[in-house]
Amino acid sequence: MAPTIAPVPKDLKKRFQTPRQEMPAQDPIARGKNFQEVTLGLEAEAAKLEAYRCIYCKEPECVQGCPVGIDIPGFLHEVEKGNFAEALGILKSTNLLPAICGRVCPQEEQCESLCKTGKSKGNRPVAIGRVERFLADWERAGGIAKPVEVAPPTGKKVAVVGSGPAGLACAADLAKLGHKVIVFEAFHKPGGVLVYGIPEFRLPKAIVAKEIANLEKMGVDIVCDFAVGLTATIEDLQKAFDAIFVATGAGLPYFMDLPGENLGGIYSANEYLTRVNLMGAFDPEHNDTPVVRGKNVVVVGGGNVAMDAARTALRLGAEKVRLVYRRSHDEMPAREEEIEHAEEEGIDFTLLTTPVRYLGDDKGRVVAVECRKMELGEPGPDGRRKPVEVAGSEHQFPADVVVVSIGNGPNPLVPRTTPGLETKKGKIVARDGSGRTSMKGVFAGGDIVLGAATVILAMGAGRQAAASIHEYLQTGTW
Amino acid sequence: MELLKQSFELLEKRELAPKVNLYKVRAPQVARARKAGQFVIIRVCEGSERIPLTIADADPVAGTVTLVVQEVGSTTARMAQVKVGERFADLLGPLGAPTHVAKIGTVVCVGGGIGIAPVHPIAQALKAAGNRVIGVLAARNTGLLFFRDEMRKACDEVRVWTDDGSEGKKGLATDAIKEIQAEVGQIAEVVAIGPVPMMKFVSKLTKELGIKTQVSLNPVMVDGTGMCGGCRVSVDGKSKFVCVDGPEFDGHQVDFDELSRRQAIYKEDERRAMERLVKEVR
Ligand SMILES: Cc1cc2nc3c(=O)[nH]c(=O)nc-3n(C[C@H](O)[C@H](O)[C@H](O)COP(=O)(O)OP(=O)(O)OC[C@H]3O[C@@H](n4cnc5c(N)ncnc54)[C@H](O)[C@@H]3O)c2cc1C
Ligand SMILES: Cc1cc2nc3c(=O)[nH]c(=O)nc-3n(C[C@H](O)[C@H](O)[C@H](O)COP(=O)(O)OP(=O)(O)OC[C@H]3O[C@@H](n4cnc5c(N)ncnc54)[C@H](O)[C@@H]3O)c2cc1C
Ligand code: FES
Repeated sequence: MAPTIAPVPKDLKKRFQTPRQEMPAQDPIARGKNFQEVTLGLEAEAAKLEAYRCIYCKEPECVQGCPVGIDIPGFLHEVEKGNFAEALGILKSTNLLPAICGRVCPQEEQCESLCKTGKSKGNRPVAIGRVERFLADWERAGGIAKPVEVAPPTGKKVAVVGSGPAGLACAADLAKLGHKVIVFEAFHKPGGVLVYGIPEFRLPKAIVAKEIANLEKMGVDIVCDFAVGLTATIEDLQKAFDAIFVATGAGLPYFMDLPGENLGGIYSANEYLTRVNLMGAFDPEHNDTPVVRGKNVVVVGGGNVAMDAARTALRLGAEKVRLVYRRSHDEMPAREEEIEHAEEEGIDFTLLTTPVRYLGDDKGRVVAVECRKMELGEPGPDGRRKPVEVAGSEHQFPADVVVVSIGNGPNPLVPRTTPGLETKKGKIVARDGSGRTSMKGVFAGGDIVLGAATVILAMGAGRQAAASIHEYLQTGTW
Repeated sequence: MELLKQSFELLEKRELAPKVNLYKVRAPQVARARKAGQFVIIRVCEGSERIPLTIADADPVAGTVTLVVQEVGSTTARMAQVKVGERFADLLGPLGAPTHVAKIGTVVCVGGGIGIAPVHPIAQALKAAGNRVIGVLAARNTGLLFFRDEMRKACDEVRVWTDDGSEGKKGLATDAIKEIQAEVGQIAEVVAIGPVPMMKFVSKLTKELGIKTQVSLNPVMVDGTGMCGGCRVSVDGKSKFVCVDGPEFDGHQVDFDELSRRQAIYKEDERRAMERLVKEVR
């Protein structure tokens, strides 16, 4: 959608002087002991004030910073006037999951990084993500209840494999166009990383459940406990469906192959977070699935996943949570807000350090991590300075739980069981903009194509694929 | 293709031995797709764990899978409370790589205790491929044995061994292998499934005897599709994910001691889960 161009208002100065509205949050000490959401969301008046900080640029660059090109000025202008329903309509015409994106998108690197308000001296960008979240929460709280309009049935059937943001976004668009959509999910609950990875204190699961319930209201069927490639192959699905969208994500945990890495108490972030989030290990009163609750927890890594693991460990009662990362603070790939939250909560950042081996007791449980110091050397091909080990700098930290959060590879299940599907380094090869793979009628998108990326990119890929699936279903041309 | 929501109804339940039950569950997709050596992950109800169980048998026409389960802790105890006509919350499968089946000659399939159930479909498949299959059922005592008739059907010959001599010959699974080797001379392969110590000692013996040996490993699992790495074991010094790379491996290369230690990580939590179950039932 083309961004709204509105006449520049006269009160620019006043707009510039309005301070960025702070996000209310739970007290850091209290929140370190519970799994409730950390940030509390803006109130309506604060949201209006925040939207008022938009200065009506002629060429709103924020829109270019958004991977799905939301009409940001458009919805801000409506919020400013208090027209929340209209604002929501504008937002939702490009972003189907605003309650989720408003919480987890790296806005500071995307839309907000290009905001002109933020470029002026002493000022900070409009908190676009916070206003987005406000609108979504306002809707959920009963602001409006407009059922989504669904086109008459086309008689075409589409299988969506995987129920993360890519799969959900694709399913919603296809259902709106009148196609019959069945989503297949290997886990017993849909949502992908949104339910098993990202913790409750950052993204309440009730929000994801609500989005999924909306999808079901639109006629989408979700079949859980169904692993495509095993329960049925892509070839089997081809016989029953007119098109297939593969959105199986990046669910292959990397380990470092260090001595002692298979000791008890050493987890991949996927396992640790799945036990806690999906299987409810934080609440042993109601759930059987256990997780080792350490006193001294070491988390290896510096991305969002590592922050989530560290903050989860704290909430499970750890006395000391140490995050070990091989580069410095500036290179950490996690969102700045998450790093700040983790620091406030008392996570110890042990930077320029890497684990080299794990030590265990006679029962085979981890008791310590041996690390080595690192220095930043010359910039590598990605522009980041390469860490180099400092010889003779070995030292040990006590640890009864270690969470390895150094990244994930593409989920291998579908590539491995689908001969004829072209892949590159384990990722499914899909054409830019359409998601078409090397197999006729099979589309792919999200982390399985991009590698571990973001919710909004996965969603964008799902929507693009939906548009191109629709075209394929109508024309039959590949 | 069946595209309806699945419902995993319990159609039949039978006690085979004390604390060992057979469950026949409706799961048409799984019944159709499964091959020997594969397993399912089941979740009994809301709040219970995801546990892996081998598909002991399946009927693709009737759309059922058969599981044989030993009650060892809270989840298997919860399972035992489910009545015919009720449903399991979730059943995912078939998981794992199917057994590699080829015509190789005389194969000895050893099932130790509950391992008799998972060895059964493998014996079936190996016999169907034209091998001579000798089944060995081994248990502490006669009360713990089951599937005698099923195994006789699946194998060319079945031998029974008990630790205390209460049925068949007195001795361990390893004694059975020594005896068979002495009689038939050339054993092409041993498939051994049972408690970790049994698989460990069988593998030790067959390594000395130079007989290729497959074992089926049972680490703690979560997803069963390769996304958590919780099921990793060391095979030939390398980490493998049992749920996707296995569950069968070359017994001569498995680090059984590491597997035992990893299985025991949650001892304390398991006790707590059991207490919760006991409280609920009362
Ligand atoms: C802990 C963590 C924190 C993160 N934090 C952020 C954040 O703050 N902001 C952000 O933008 N991004 C974040 N990300 C990344 C983001 O979550 C992903 O980029 C996004 O979820 C990818 O979406 P997807 O739909 O491609 O795949 P996924 O969300 O991975 O979903 C794939 C789904 O497919 C299922 N599946 C896989 N194989 C099969 C099969 N064969 N058959 C059936 N189903 C199958 C899986 O079970 C899963 O449910 C985070 C990721 C993690 C792990
Ligand atoms: C591939 C595979 C196939 C299996 N097939 C069978 C079978 O056909 N019949 C059968 O009776 N058992 C089988 N098992 C073992 C079965 O999964 C465990 O007995 C069961 O998980 C125990 O759960 P529980 O809650 O009752 O016991 P718990 O009290 O939780 O634990 C008892 C012991 O069971 C093991 N265990 C616990 N949780 C898990 C888990 N999530 N995954 C795996 N093991 C666990 C541990 O070794 C633990 O010490 C199989 C295991 C695997 C990995
Ligand atoms: S059970 Fe998670 S990877 Fe095997």
